[in-house]
Amino acid sequence: MGTLQSSPAPAEYCDLSEKTGFSFEQIAVLHKRFKQLSHDEDVLRRDHFSEIPDLASNPIRAEITEAFFDQRNFSKNGKGKVEEIGFEEFLVVMSHFRPPSQHMTNEQRENVRKEKLRFLFNMHDTDNDGTITLEEYRHVVEELLSRSGALEIETAKSIADAAMLEVASISVGHMEPDEFYEGITFDHFLKLLAGFEIDSKMSIRFLNMDTITLCK
Amino acid sequence: MFSRMAPHSRTGFARSVPELGLLLLTILVLLEGSVLRLGAASSPATQSHGAADCPKPVETHHNKTKKAFPVLSFEYDHVKMPFEISLWVLLASLMKLGFHLIPRLSNIVPESCLLIVVGLLVGCLIKLAREDVPPVLDSQFFFLCLLPPIILDAGYFLPIRPFMENLGTILMFAVVGTLWNAFFVGGLLFALCQIPQAGLDIGLLPCLLFGSIISAVDPVAVLAVFEEIHINELLHILVFGESLLNDAVTLVLYNLFEEFSEVGSVTVLDGILGVISFFIVALGGVLFGAIYGFLAAFTSRFTSHTRVIEPLFVFVYSYMAYLSAEMFHLSGIMALIACGAVTRPYIEANISHKSHTTIKYFLKMWSSVSETLIFIFLGVATVEGPHRWNWIFVTATVILCLVARVIGVGGLTYVINKFRIVKLTTKDQFIIAYGGLRGAIAFSLGFLLNKSFEMREIFLTAIITVIFFTVFVQGMTIKPLVELLAVKKKQEAKRSINEEIHTQFLDHLLTGIEDICGHYGHHHWKDKLNRFNKKYVKKFLIAGERSKEPQLIAFYHKMEMKQAIQLVESGGGSKLPSAMPSTVSMQNIQPKHQPAPPKPTERALPQLPKSREEEIRKILRTNLQRTRQRLHSYNRHTLVADPDENAFKDLILKKQKMIELDRKIKEMTMYLTVPAPHQGSPTMSRARLASGRNTDFIPAQQQKGNKKSSDPQAYNIKPASDAMPIIQVDLASPQSPDSVNLLDEIGKADRGEEQGLIMKPPPGLSGSDQHGEKEKDDWRDQQKLMRCLSDPGPGAEEDEDEPFLP
Repeated sequence: MGTLQSSPAPAEYCDLSEKTGFSFEQIAVLHKRFKQLSHDEDVLRRDHFSEIPDLASNPIRAEITEAFFDQRNFSKNGKGKVEEIGFEEFLVVMSHFRPPSQHMTNEQRENVRKEKLRFLFNMHDTDNDGTITLEEYRHVVEELLSRSGALEIETAKSIADAAMLEVASISVGHMEPDEFYEGITFDHFLKLLAGFEIDSKMSIRFLNMDTITLCK
Repeated sequence: MFSRMAPHSRTGFARSVPELGLLLLTILVLLEGSVLRLGAASSPATQSHGAADCPKPVETHHNKTKKAFPVLSFEYDHVKMPFEISLWVLLASLMKLGFHLIPRLSNIVPESCLLIVVGLLVGCLIKLAREDVPPVLDSQFFFLCLLPPIILDAGYFLPIRPFMENLGTILMFAVVGTLWNAFFVGGLLFALCQIPQAGLDIGLLPCLLFGSIISAVDPVAVLAVFEEIHINELLHILVFGESLLNDAVTLVLYNLFEEFSEVGSVTVLDGILGVISFFIVALGGVLFGAIYGFLAAFTSRFTSHTRVIEPLFVFVYSYMAYLSAEMFHLSGIMALIACGAVTRPYIEANISHKSHTTIKYFLKMWSSVSETLIFIFLGVATVEGPHRWNWIFVTATVILCLVARVIGVGGLTYVINKFRIVKLTTKDQFIIAYGGLRGAIAFSLGFLLNKSFEMREIFLTAIITVIFFTVFVQGMTIKPLVELLAVKKKQEAKRSINEEIHTQFLDHLLTGIEDICGHYGHHHWKDKLNRFNKKYVKKFLIAGERSKEPQLIAFYHKMEMKQAIQLVESGGGSKLPSAMPSTVSMQNIQPKHQPAPPKPTERALPQLPKSREEEIRKILRTNLQRTRQRLHSYNRHTLVADPDENAFKDLILKKQKMIELDRKIKEMTMYLTVPAPHQGSPTMSRARLASGRNTDFIPAQQQKGNKKSSDPQAYNIKPASDAMPIIQVDLASPQSPDSVNLLDEIGKADRGEEQGLIMKPPPGLSGSDQHGEKEKDDWRDQQKLMRCLSDPGPGAEEDEDEPFLP
C-alpha cells in the first residue's frame, strides 16, 4: 500500500515488530496515524492529544493522555513522566491493547494478563508510589461520574469507599480495628480482577486499520 | 418406569416423600384418563338431550308431567373446554413437582425427557379411553399460546452484553448454519430417494421442505436442557441466541418451499425474492418488537399512580408485538425478543420494586408451565399422530442431521475465528454442535402441513424420531460429557462494585484508544449509541430524576438495596452476607489523620430522591412486618403457657420493637444517602452493625438498663455473642405505630418463644442466667426462622445484576 513510501526503513520495523508484536502492516498504519497526530513532527506532545475531538467527550481523557507519557509503561523499570514521546513509545503503549494470539502457552497468557493489568494499575496510581490509595480511587470514580452532569461527590465517595472495603476484604481478610489499609498494591489488584478476563476485554481489533478516517 | 409407578401395590402407605409424589402422579394420570372417558360418555348423552329438546316443548303442552326439581345434576359440556385445559395445566405442574421430589432421577434424566415420557403415558391412556383423537397439540394453540411466554421470558431476561458482543457469531450460526443444514439434509435425502431400493418417491422440493423444518435448533429444547447443565455464559448465549434468531430463516424457507412444492419448481427469481423476504421478515419482526417495546416503556413512565397494572403493560404490549408480527407473517419470535430486550432497561427504571418482582415471577411461571405442557403434548401427539414408519428415511434423517450439524459448526467456526478476539476452541465447537436440539417447533411446523400433502405422515414420523433422539440421547448425555470434557462452567461470582467500575473504565479507555488510533471500531459506535441513549431516549422514556442517573450510581444503589434487604431478611443476626468473611471495616480504610470534614449543615445534594427513599423504607418495613408475622404464626403454634400472659408479652415486645425500627431505618437511609460526618459514615455504620461490637447506638441513657433491674420489661441481652447483636432498649421513648424492630428480632422472638416451648412457668424475663442454656435452642430456632424467611424464587439472582445498558 502507499503508506510504505513515507516510512522508516523496514529494518526499523523489524525491531519494532519484535519488541511490540505488531505486524508490519499494523506498524505502518500506526506510523501514519502518528504522523497525522503530530503534524509530521517526530514527537508527540500532550497538546497534540487534546486536539483529537472525539477524545474531548471522554470522561477519563486526562488519564489516557497521561498514560502515553508515563515512563512506567515504556519499560519495566521506568519511572516518572516525559514531555514528549517518539513513535517507539507510542507503539509500546499501543501494544498493551493487542488481542491475545491463539497459540500461547499458559505462561505467556499469564504474562500478557499481568502486563495489561499493570497498565491499568499505572493509570490509577497517579503518584507513582506503587499503591492505589483511597484518594486516588475516589478520583477515578469521580471522573467516571463526571459526565453525568451533577457532580455528586458524596455518592462517588461512598462508591469508592464500598469498593475499597471490598478490595480489603478480599485481599487481606482479617484486620484489627486499629490497623490501617494503606492502599491497593499490585498484587491485591491482580487478585481483585482475577475473574475479569482482561486479556480479551482490553483489546482493540487492529485488523481493519485501513479504514482510518483521515479527516482529523 | 411401570414398575416404579406401582408403589401402591405394597401396603398403600406412602413411606416417604418420593413415593408420595409418585402416588400423586399415578392418581392424577388415572384421573385424567377417567375424566376424559367420562367426558366422552357424557357428550353423547347431552347430545341426545339436545336432540330430545326439540320435540319436548310440543309435548309439555299436552302432558305437564311434574318431574322432581333436580337437586344435583351433572352437565359437563359447557365447562368442557376450560376444564380440560385446567386439568392439563394442573397435570403439568404436578409432574414438575413430582420430579423434584425424586432427586436421583432428576440428576440423571433431564426434565424434558421425563415430561415426554409422561406425555406418552397420558397419550396411551387417552387412546384407551376414547375413540376419537383429541386435538391436543393444535398448532394454533401451540404458536399462539404456548410458545410466546417462553420466548418473552427469554427475551426479557436476555443478557444483553454478551449477546451483543457475540452477535456476529450468533448470526452466522443462525442464518448460514441453518441454511446449510436445510440444504444439506434436504439435498442428500433427495439423493437417497433416487435410489430405487429405498422405495421412497419424494420430489426435490418436498425434501427441501423437510430439510428446512428439521434443521432449526429449537429454543424450548435448548433452554430446557442447557438450564440444567450450567455451562459457561459464552456457550450458552451462542447456542441459545442461535436458536432464537434462526426463526426468520426457518419461516422463510418453510413458506418458500411449501408454496412451491405444490407447483413443483422454483426459479431463480423466487430464490431472490426469498432472500429479500428473509430480510423483511427478520428486520420487520425486530422493528415491530422495538416499536412495541418503546411504547411499553413510554407507557410505564406514567404509571406511578397505578402501580398495580404495571406488569400488565409489559405482558400485553409484548404479546401484541408477537401477534402483530404474526399477522404480517413476520418473525414473531424476533419481535418478542426485540420487545423484551428493548423495553427492559427503561421499564425497570420506572416501575416499582414489587412490579418488577411480579413480572419476573409471572414470566418464569408461565414459561415453566408452557414448557412442561409442550413436552407433555409432544408425548401425547406421538401416540396419537398418524405414523408411517420407513426405516431408511428415518435413520437417514437422524444421521444426516447429526452430520450436517457437525460439519456446519466446524466450518463456520473456522471462518468465524478469524474475526473473533476470543477464539472458539474445539471443545466449544463440540458443545455447540452437540447442543443443537430439535423440539416442538419442528413438530408443529410439520403438523401445519396441508393434510392432503402425501408425505406428511412420513415427515411427521421422522420429525418425531429426530426430536426424541436429540432430546433423549443428546439431552441425557450432554451433562456427563460436559463434566468429562471439563468445559468451563458458569461462574457463580456475584457482581462486585469493583468489576463494575472497571468495566466502565475499560469501556471509556478503549473508546479513547480507538479515537487516538482514529479507528471507528466497536467501542466508538457503542459509545455513540450510549451517549445518544442518555441524551435523548432516556429523558423521553424514563420518568423523573432517574433519567439522569448514571449507570454506576444506579448499579450502586441496586446493590445497596439488595444488601439492605438481605440484612433485613437475615434479621441482622449474622454478619452481612459478603463474599468473604472478614473483619475489615471502614475504619481500616479511612486514614487516621484525616482532618474531620466540616459537618454539612444540610444535605449536600439529594442523591436519593424522596420517592426512592420512601420505597426503600417501605421495603424494609414490609419485610420486617412479614418477618414479624411469620414469627407470630410460629408463636401461636407453640404457645403452651398462659395465652393472656403471652399476649401481654407480645404487646411489650411490639412496643420495644417499634422504637428500634425508626432508629434503624434512619440509620439505613442515612447510609444510603448522604454519609454523615466521618464517624457515622454509611458503610462504617453498616460494618459496625454487622460486627455487632462497639455498637454506638446504645444511647447514653440506656446504659442504665444494664443492671439487672426488677423491671421485667428490660431485656438484658447476653453480651458479645456473635450470633446476635447487642441492642439495649429503652421503653421510655415514643414510637410510631407501624414500626418494627430491625435487629435482634429473631433474638427477642426466640426468647419470647422459648418461654412457650420450654414448659416451665414463664420466668422473669430479666434473668440473664437462663440465656446460657438456651443458646442451643436459639441457634436451632434461628435456623428454623431462616428457613421461614428464605424465598429462593424462580431462578438465579444474576439477571438482577445486569446493568441497564451495556
